[in-house]
Amino acid sequence: MIELLYWEGCPSHPEAKALLEQVLAELGRDDRIVMTEVRSDEEAERLHFPGSPTIRVDGRDIDAMGAGGRPSLTCRIYHLPNGRVSPVPSREQMEAALR
Amino acid sequence: MSIALGTVTPSFKLPGVDGSDHALGDFSDAKLLALVQYCNHCPYVLAWEDRLIKLARDYADRGLRVVAVNSNDAARYLEDSFERMKERAEQLDFPFDYLFDASQSLARALGAERTPEVFLFDEQRRLRYHGAIDDSRDENAVSRSYLREAIDALLAGEEPPVTETESVGCTVKWK
Repeated sequence: MIELLYWEGCPSHPEAKALLEQVLAELGRDDRIVMTEVRSDEEAERLHFPGSPTIRVDGRDIDAMGAGGRPSLTCRIYHLPNGRVSPVPSREQMEAALR
Repeated sequence: MSIALGTVTPSFKLPGVDGSDHALGDFSDAKLLALVQYCNHCPYVLAWEDRLIKLARDYADRGLRVVAVNSNDAARYLEDSFERMKERAEQLDFPFDYLFDASQSLARALGAERTPEVFLFDEQRRLRYHGAIDDSRDENAVSRSYLREAIDALLAGEEPPVTETESVGCTVKWK
C-alpha cells in the first residue's frame, strides 16, 4: 500500500503526489495512492507524522532518515542527491522505495 | 491580508541575533529595505537561503539592507527559537540582520502569511515589491528573479517590472 500523508498548511503535497504518480507510471505500476490529511497535533502524534508530505510504502517511510522526526504539523525537509534541501522527496527516493 | 503597495513600513523594535535591538529607524541610511519573513525550520526557506544570502551580499554596497524576521511560535516549532536562530546565523554567516518577532506584531502589521515572503520598501519606506524571491525554489529552474529585478529598477529610479507575486512557502506559525 502506498500512503501519502499531508497537512494542508504546507503547499508541497500536490507536487509530491504528482511526482509519485509519475514515478509509479514509469515503473509500470498502477497502485492507488491513499491520501491521508493530518489535521491536528494529536493526529500527527497518533500517525507518527514528522511533516508534510510523508510517503510510506507498505508502512515504511521512503525517507528513513527523517521518519523519526518529532510529530508535528510542519513542512518536512528532504535532502536531494545534490545536497540541496527540498520540501518534497527526490525522484530517486521514490524509485528506491518502489522497486 | 498583506499590506498594499505604497504602504509605509510598520515601525518595529526587535531583538537581533547579534545581541542588539533593531528598530526601523536604525536602517534610515539604506536606500532600500527588504523585510523578509523568515524562519529556521521551513524547507522552502532553506531552499532559497543561499540565494538570499548572495543577494544581500551582492547589493550591500549599493544601499540595500536585508532584514530577516522570524515570527513563528517557537514554543511549538523548537527549531525557530531565538537560540537556534543565533546558531543558524552564525553557522551560515548571515550577511543580514535576523530578528525575532516573538510577539508576532511585525508579521501581523505586514500581513505576512508565508516564509519566505519579501516586503521591499523604497527610500521613502513605501512598499514597492511584495512576494517571492524568484519564481522557483529550484535554483536551476529560475526564469524570473523578481526581487533582484525590483531592486535593480528602484536603484535606477524606475518602477519594478513586477510588483506582486505569490509567496510559496510554509505558513507563518501563529500562536
